[in-house]
Formats: sequence, structure tokens, C-alpha cells
Amino acid sequence: MTTKMFGAPIQRREDPRLVTGGGHYLDDLGHTAYEAAFVRSPHAHARIVDIDVTEALETPGLIGIWTHEDLAGPVGQNLPLLIPHPALTAPRTGYALAKDEVNHVGEAIVLVVARDRYAAEDAAAKIRIDYDFLPVVVGLESARAATHLVHEEAPGNVSAHLRQEVGDVTAALAGAPHRLTFDLSIERSACMPMEGKGVYASWDRDAEHLTLWSSTQTSTGVRAAVAARLGLPLAKVDCITPDVGGGFGVKIMHPWPEEVLIPWAARLLEHPVKWTEDRREHFVSSAHERGQLQQVEVGFDDEGRILALDVKFWHDNGAYTPYGIIVPIITATQLLGPYKPGSYRVEFWSMFTNTVLVTPYRGAGRPQGCFAMERTMDGIADYLGVDRAEIRSRNFILPEEMPYDHGLMFQDGRPLKYDSGDFPASLAKLKELIGWDEFTAYREQARAEGRKVGLGIGCYVEGTGVGPYEGAHIVIETSGRVNVATGLTTQGQGHQTAFAQIVADELGVPIETVHVTTGDTRRMPYAVGTFASRAAVMSGNAIALAARAAKAKALKIAADALEVSEDDLQIEDGIISVKGMAEASMPIGTTAVLSNPLRYAFDEAAKAATQFAGTFDADKPPIGDDEEPGLEGKDFYSCTQATFANGMHAAIVETDPVTAEITILRYCVIHDCGTMINPMIVEGQVHGGVAQGVGGALYERMVYDEYGQLLNASFMDFLMPYASEVPHVEADHLETPSPLNPLGIKGAGEAGCIPVSAVIASAIEDAEGFPITAMPISPVDLWELRQQHERGELPALRRAHRDPA
Amino acid sequence: MKPAPFAHHAPRSLDEAVAVLGEVGHDGKVLAGGQSLIPMLSMRLAAPAHLIDINGVAGLDTIEVTPDAVRVGATVRHRALERSEHAYAVLPLLRQALVKVAHPAIRNRGTTVGSIAHADAAGEMPSIAVLTDAVIEVRGPGVAREIPAHEFFTGPLETALAADELVIAVRFGRFPAGTVTGFVESARRSGDYALAGVGVAIHGADDAVIAARASFVSVTDVPDVLDLSPVLAGANASDLAARADDLVTAVREHVAPEADIHASADYRRMLAAELTRRLVAEVMSA
Amino acid sequence: MSTQFTLPDAEEMLPVQVQINGVRHGASVPARRLLSDFLRHDLRLTGTHVGCEHGVCGACTILLDGEPVRSCLMFAVQATGHEITTVEGCGTIEAMGPVQQAFAECHGLQCGFCTPGFITTITAFLRENPAPRAPEAREAISGNLCRCTGYQNIVKSVLRAAEIMAEQGGQER
Repeated sequence: MTTKMFGAPIQRREDPRLVTGGGHYLDDLGHTAYEAAFVRSPHAHARIVDIDVTEALETPGLIGIWTHEDLAGPVGQNLPLLIPHPALTAPRTGYALAKDEVNHVGEAIVLVVARDRYAAEDAAAKIRIDYDFLPVVVGLESARAATHLVHEEAPGNVSAHLRQEVGDVTAALAGAPHRLTFDLSIERSACMPMEGKGVYASWDRDAEHLTLWSSTQTSTGVRAAVAARLGLPLAKVDCITPDVGGGFGVKIMHPWPEEVLIPWAARLLEHPVKWTEDRREHFVSSAHERGQLQQVEVGFDDEGRILALDVKFWHDNGAYTPYGIIVPIITATQLLGPYKPGSYRVEFWSMFTNTVLVTPYRGAGRPQGCFAMERTMDGIADYLGVDRAEIRSRNFILPEEMPYDHGLMFQDGRPLKYDSGDFPASLAKLKELIGWDEFTAYREQARAEGRKVGLGIGCYVEGTGVGPYEGAHIVIETSGRVNVATGLTTQGQGHQTAFAQIVADELGVPIETVHVTTGDTRRMPYAVGTFASRAAVMSGNAIALAARAAKAKALKIAADALEVSEDDLQIEDGIISVKGMAEASMPIGTTAVLSNPLRYAFDEAAKAATQFAGTFDADKPPIGDDEEPGLEGKDFYSCTQATFANGMHAAIVETDPVTAEITILRYCVIHDCGTMINPMIVEGQVHGGVAQGVGGALYERMVYDEYGQLLNASFMDFLMPYASEVPHVEADHLETPSPLNPLGIKGAGEAGCIPVSAVIASAIEDAEGFPITAMPISPVDLWELRQQHERGELPALRRAHRDPA
Repeated sequence: MKPAPFAHHAPRSLDEAVAVLGEVGHDGKVLAGGQSLIPMLSMRLAAPAHLIDINGVAGLDTIEVTPDAVRVGATVRHRALERSEHAYAVLPLLRQALVKVAHPAIRNRGTTVGSIAHADAAGEMPSIAVLTDAVIEVRGPGVAREIPAHEFFTGPLETALAADELVIAVRFGRFPAGTVTGFVESARRSGDYALAGVGVAIHGADDAVIAARASFVSVTDVPDVLDLSPVLAGANASDLAARADDLVTAVREHVAPEADIHASADYRRMLAAELTRRLVAEVMSA
Repeated sequence: MSTQFTLPDAEEMLPVQVQINGVRHGASVPARRLLSDFLRHDLRLTGTHVGCEHGVCGACTILLDGEPVRSCLMFAVQATGHEITTVEGCGTIEAMGPVQQAFAECHGLQCGFCTPGFITTITAFLRENPAPRAPEAREAISGNLCRCTGYQNIVKSVLRAAEIMAEQGGQER
């Protein structure tokens, strides 16, 4: 009896290759390609007066230098607005190479191609550009004040303004027994994958065909965008995703200027061209995310049930809006978490600043929403003197209320309707894991030792598996090898293993015979991409459906050949046999042979399919009306709405009474992503998300000065955590399968990072006795807050008075 | 991020190195460990026309223990000095500070002398140099001189070295018998530049302090020494608490921290004082 | 940004003679060629990765005479006379080293980009500390950045590698 693969924590099939140095990341390709470098704007807002390349022209190894003037046709037009929205009334995108003006430090102005990167940088260093400086807008306060504008056509620096309301918030607020307001802020961080972006393009002049590789999260997206920009038919462009060293969202944004320019140059030069982003470039010319200012007003009753929730926030979208307003929309909708406020109004303004553009980073707006909601929950609990977990549970949507329609539109344009989830059960599990009820005693003990400790909590709901669709194409060869292709991409999620697990179980074949390809438009040209925790849900289900189709065909062919009914057959270890009659069997590869009537036998096995082998019915054509040759299955999964995962985290932190240094003593996670294909992979995703969350809570922020210069554009000063800064994560799972898809899966990719800032703020506040409303928080920040508190400028929590230190 | 081109010189002897420096030192940089220099070259923050690679110069890679000092040659890696049991036995302060320098991979290549010649007041070893009254041995064309540490550091990242001079060794002074030392720093992440750090040397006999001194990391313009003898003379571990306020005041008045994106000046001042208070208590109770 | 320097007419090429993963290599490279680029592009040993080029992330870590060193902070010409071990020298798919095997068993990698730097670092660490406890293992890896795993399974991998090495009688590549 074969071991079931689905749900098993098996080792990853991609690992032997990756741990022995056999990865093929973008820069590992194209050793003979020319290489590109860019001259990027050193100024945050300026008009380009003159570009002088004379000195650069003599650089040894130089191939060519191009500016916007050289970009004729669609390649010279504004880069696309990927996700338009009616509320995005002043969208603005950049150009592949800046035209007339620059709007953030790092914007690409000149493309240099040379024999290698060293020479390209030599030439770039000698290009002189004259600028007329324009006033710089940095930070949300400055954007709101609008003394200066980033773009003339965006008055008030507003790119979008959107309000959604369910119920009558004004009336409910007025009638609420209690009201509180909160002013909150979160600063920018960034995905920072260990591998930056990269593009490698090769133009086949004779075939007039462009092949490009990009370290991207969407090969189909890049292919389509590049074909459009270069005026090439889609049939003449292919995009292949190599191994990708992390994405976390920054690589779903497309087309980056380089994704358009490198293929353009390869075609122009009729020579392969490659660009590998270096770390400084990544800091100033990819994307950031997370910066928001928030104002919450909440009305609640004596039990702490929310009657009215009124949220306003200002979202920093950087200099351009190519990804539309997805991130703030996600904040606005996912803010609700597992709760059901009596009425809800959310209004946001997306603001331009002269800084790097803002596109999704793992969580994609959810961490900000969770922060607002969870600070509010803690605030209500403190005000009423009720336990913070208890207040939350009083506001939970209950299992019997599922599916729960919030009456809002989600980021996929579809209703925000939770399909499943058992929030009370999640909370109970979390409280047990962290020892919620035992904490007071623990804190007393710590206090006696002169130590300050605090307990924090954060809950979230995550809409995962957004559409429009994903697909899978399975082809089984005569050898029994099972080829699986799905079009979305992989950046470390273990798709080659997890998807193979699905197929191995669905088909009944050994997992070693299953080979998965992702992100290659030559193999599966219909796909959306890997983002929003959707791959397992969308591709996983499509793969299962395609496998079922292939299996049905295999069984049909075998049933014909063995002269039994399909119901009598089973497939185990790749052998199709009659149940209870092991000798009446054939390997699945044989059905592949039989599925494709041949004129010519290419090997021993194929002989059985040739015209004289006696295996075909003379009264029927070799291929029937509704049939196709080959043992294949192809299907797509598409759903009416996202499926909603959830999770709850708790942490115990300690703060140094003098230096305010912050240590996370324990970090606990309960998450529910429905059924898990590979629990080890899911847990790995949670660990990684928590680490990014910790980074964002305590260490990472983008520091811009008033001139729009990014002061910490290196790993020395942008503090991503090492192992010493990340706590050990204790995780447990709940599985409420999704009722929306055949496999019952919900996404897990972003789970770990969503509530972390909320949890840490909650815990520090608990340790200190005064509210924490801005994240990230460093020891210096905390130390200064303590001083404000001592001076009476920062009021204590009510429970600090009730429970004095 | 690739360096701009440069001419590479790889002298095999000290005389050769000095001669090359004489010719090109004005538009060149000495390359030893390279852990600070090479990132600057890659980021094109510096683009010297010449690099004088001294890693192949004979005789610069020794650690010698004498009755007065531990003499460390210019190409001795941090890691080699950190691991030297002989050096540790006579001057444990070296290892106490070295384990805080960046990460092991950086210490495997970076040189202690190079770090002192780089003169970053956020570096650990310049602080140790002044705390141990080190002597910096210098060679140049026709020049052989010795500079005491307290005269060597002339400003942030500035030293008394001329453009055509090379530090060939640093002699860290040994402390009198009965001295206990310690070093501590606080950084945001493992291996980062410290927000503040302190090294102390406390000389005692008969359970009472005779003399004490401290030097700091990241909170002064230039590495220098704070004489703590006035505050701590005669103290023993049990009456330290009574002197804590004075100790803290002495440190607060001595340091001159600057703000940067990671910490305010006030925070660094507090941290320097608090770290000193804790370190002195720890060292004295040992 | 420096924009003034004297550029030689053609860049001088200097010899490099270095042993890598037990194989002798000789080449001619410009002085400024970083060791990381030499390994990756001149020798096509692409297992060593480049994450930051300023020595902080550790993805480029190789073993120089057995000790971990950032290959982005060395010039290729400085490698002459030394022995270098890259991740390719720590084991192959057919014959994985204990650290590599441990990573595969413990899900110590996700995207795999930072992994080679961890593998070389841990190989050297375990040689000196064959029986670490979890806190020591965590400290040993705290000079390498990983953005995917949150480090937890890497710590597990260090401990598992130590076990494997002990099982194999301390033999390692």
C-alpha cells in the first residue's frame, strides 16, 4: 500500500540540487551576454536638463548608451497601469527611462550596455547629467500638507481616495455608550529578497523570437507586457522563470523598466543582454511598502462589542502607482479581521511622495490593517478593564455565522465574504499554547526579580487564493514519467514537491515519476502569478483537477484494453490493476502508449501502439470525435471568491528597565490554512513570515531625509534580522478546510507576518503600561516614550493604574 | 557595485612596500584585510588609482608577546589574534574585544592593525589601542617612527599617518599584575556597529581598586581614555553601588556621542554610562 | 560618487593560481575582479551567490584555507596560493556532505539563495564544534542573512548535521 503523499511532511525534491550548488538563478545564466548598468537619478525630484555621455563613450568594453530619446514606439510610452480602479483618479506611472523629469532617487535615466558589468559601471560613472531641482515631498505629513506637489496633475498629492461604508457609522458612533480614538503609524519596510531582480534576454534573429528570463513572480505577466512594449506578437515571446532567490511581492510588480529595456536592447543589438540588480539598486529602484498614518474612532458597548468602527488612513504610494491601489484596498478590507463590527466605515487617501514606488510586500496591506484593528481591540479592553482575549472573543464572527458577508468589495473585485473558520477554537488553542491564563503569575515573579515582561496578542484573517484562475497541464509519457506544468512561479515555496504530492496521490503514481515545471510560458501560457498566498489554492486545485482528468483517461484506456469496467480498476505505484486481481494490470505508461496511435514505433513499448499491433478497433477511427491523442489532463481552477485563512499570534517580551532593549522571550502562532499539502513547507512559510514580521516590528524602516535621499540603502543600515534577532516560533495548526475548492486548501504564504507588529506592540504596551501606537519600535524609541510618559506627556494605560508596578 | 579600475601592487618585502608607497601613496590605499576598504571601492565611494596589497609582505604576520606588550603585525587577522592563547593569557582584553568585531567571516580576513589604521571610533580595536596605551609602529620612505595611540587618532577616520606611511605593527601594552579587564557593547543586531561600547581595565590589590580606566566605542569623536581612578579608587565589589552615580556621571560627562539614524545622542550617552556601570560591577565581582 | 580617476588604457591582467575544491586553476584577471565574480563567471562555479557586495549578507561565503570568508570582499588575485572550498566542494547530489544532507532533511532552505553561504559557514563551524547545543548553533549562523526560513530550520539543520557527522564517525568532506 503506497504511503499517502498529500499531507505528508516529505523532504523537498528540489533540495539536493539547491544544496549542492546546482541552482540556476538569473545571474547564473547568460555567461556570454553583454551586461547592463543604469545611471539612476541621485535626486528625488528634478527636471533633466541635459545628459552628456561624451566622456563615457571611450570606455573600454562599452557597447552602447541609450536614453529616453532613443526609445521609439510603445517602449517609450508610460509603463502600464496594471490594476486600474475608479477611485484611482490621478494614476501616474513612470517611463522605462526617465523622460524630462525624475520623481525619486533611483529612477533609471540612462541604459548602458557593455561587455561586462564592471565596464558598464565604468561608463555609467562618466555620464554627466544636469538637473533643475524641484521641491521634494517626503513623508505622509508633507504629502498631506501639499505645500509642494509630486505631480502637477495630482492635486493635494492624492492619487486615489476611496471610501467604503457598511451600516450607518455616524449614527452608531453617536449612539455608542463609549468612544475611543487612536492615532497610529507604521513606517516603510521592503521585501528585500536575498536575490535582487534580474533579466536576461536573447533574440533569435532568424526565428524572430524573443526568449527572456526574469527573476519574476509572473512569467505570463512579463511576457504579455514585453510583447506589447516591443510590438511583438505573443507567439514570438517567451518568458521563463529560473530559480528565484525570494520575491515576497516585489517581483510580482511588472514590467520593471529593466524587464522592458533588456529585451529591447537584446533585439536591437542582436546579442544576448543581461542585467543583474545590485543591492543598492534594489534599495532605490525596486519597491517599498507599509508606510501609513491611521486614525481610528470606535464606538462600543459595555461588553466591548464594537458598534461603530470609523477608520481613516493615509497610504504612502511613492512616486508612481503602477500597481494601482491594491495595498490600501487590502488594508481597508482585511482590517476587519475575525470581527463583526455593527457598522464600519473606512476611508483612505493614497498619497504621492518623491520616494521609491510602493507595491505589495508579503501581507500587502494586511499588516497595517491588522495593526489598526488590534490596537483598537487592546484599547477597548484596557478602557473597560476586560481581558484582551475576552474582548476579542466577544467580537468574533462565530462558526455558525459562516459564510459571513461583510458587505464590502475585496481586492479581487468580489465580495468580502468569509467562507469558513473557527475563531473561538483558534483563540482557545493560542491561549493554551502561550499560557495566557498563567501570565499574571509569571509577570509577578518577573517583577520581583526586577524584570519587565509583557504579553501581547494579535488576530487576523487573510483572504487567499484570489483569481482569476490558474491552470495545469499534465502529460504522461510512455515511460510512465508524469510531466506537470503550471504557469505561476516559484520563489522557494517548494512547488516542485507540494504539487508533485498532489499528483502522486491523485494519479496513484510514485512521486519520483512526477516532474513539475512552474513559470515557463512555453509549457503553460495561461497563468496569473504567485502572490496573495494563492499558489496552493489556485494551482494546487487546478493540478488536482488536471490529474483527475488524466487519471480518468488512463482508466478508460486501461478498461478498454483489459476489458473491464473503469470502476473495477485502481492505480497504485503507477500500476493500473483490477481490484483484487493483481495479475490483470498494466503500468500507466502503457496507457500512454495506447493513447497515441502511431504509425512509427520509436521504442519497444511504442510497438504496441502501431497500426498492426492489433490493439485497435477497426470500426472506430484511431482518434474519436471528442478525443485527443496522448495521455494528458488539462484543467483550470477559478473561483467566485477568495477563501479566508486566519491566524492568531501571541508573544511574551521583556524590556530592559534602563536601556529599553527589547527581547522576545516566546512567540506562539496558531494558524488555519485549511488542509495542508506539506505541513513542513507550511510551517517553514510561517517561520519566514514571523521573521519578516519581527524585522518590521523592531528593526526595519526606510529612512528618508527631507531631500528624498534614502539614508540607509545598504544592509549595514537597513536592519534585517539575523538568527540572533529572531525568536524560536512555537506553532500549532487548526484545519478548517475551505468549502470553496476541491482540496479544501487556504493560502499560508503570508500568514506569519501579518499580525506581528500588532502583537509586539501589544506585548510592549503590556510590559510598559503606556500605549504603543507607532511601529517599528527600537530601544531608542521606547526609551524616549518612557521619558515622555515620565514627564506626563504620555498617559498610562488604565490597567497600569489598576495593577501598579 | 564593482570597483573602478586601479593598479595593483603586491610588494613582497617591507622595503618594497615602502618604496611603492613613496611613489603612489598620495593616490593609493593600503590593502590588508580589505573588509572596510573593499566595500567602499565596490560602492565607488573611493576610487584610488593604486592599491598596495601588503598581504604578501614577509614578516608582518606575527604575534609576539613581550614582558610589556603584545605586538601584532600588520597582516595578522583578527581571528588569529582572537585565537592566540598566548596573547589571551597575558592580555585577555584583546579577545574580549575581538569577539565583538563584526562576524567570524569578517574576522577571518580583517586585520587588527588595519582596523586601527582605519581609525573608526565605532570600531572596537581603536578603543582597545588607547585603553592599553598601545604604540603604533610606522614606516615610510626614510621614516621609521613610533606613535603612541593617544596621539595617533587625530579625528574621525583620521590618523597621524602621512599618505606614504604604513603601520607595520601595533604593540598593545600589558597591564600590571592584578588587573582585570572586560569589554561589552550593545548593537542592534549581532555583529553590527555598536550603539555604544566600553572596555575597562581595573587594577586592584587587597580587594581594593588602585586604578581604573575605560575607553569607549561609538560615543566619542576619537578613541580616548577616561580615567576612572578618582571614582573607583579604594572601592571593592560590595561598595560599588554607592559609587554608581559618580561612575555614571563621569561617563556621561566624558563621552560626546552623535546622533545617527540608529540612535540619538542622549540614548547613546545613557547607554555608555549604563554599560560601564554594569561592566564594572561584573568585572569587579569576578 | 567618485567620477574622477585615471583610467589605464587597457586593464592590466594579473595571474591567479588557486586550488578550488581540490582542483588547480590558473587564470588571468583584472586586479579589481572580485573573488565572487571570478568563481561565478570565470570558473562557472555558480553555487556561490552574491546578495549585497558589502559583506553583510554572507551569501558569498566560501572557505579560504578552511575558514569562512566573504568572497565579495576579496579580489581574485589575492587568492593565489590559497585553497578555496565552495558549496560545490562540500558534496554532490550523489554524495552529499552532512551539512547538505541535514538541510534537505530539516527543510533548512526555501529559495536556496542564501544556502551556500550557510553551508560553508556551518561546515567550518562543526569542524571546530562538533557537538553544539541549540543556542551555540544559532549564534554560529548569526552572520548570514536568510529572508525565507526565519532561521528555525537552519538551527535544526546545524544540530542534525552534527548528528550525521557523529553517526559517520566524524568523517566529513
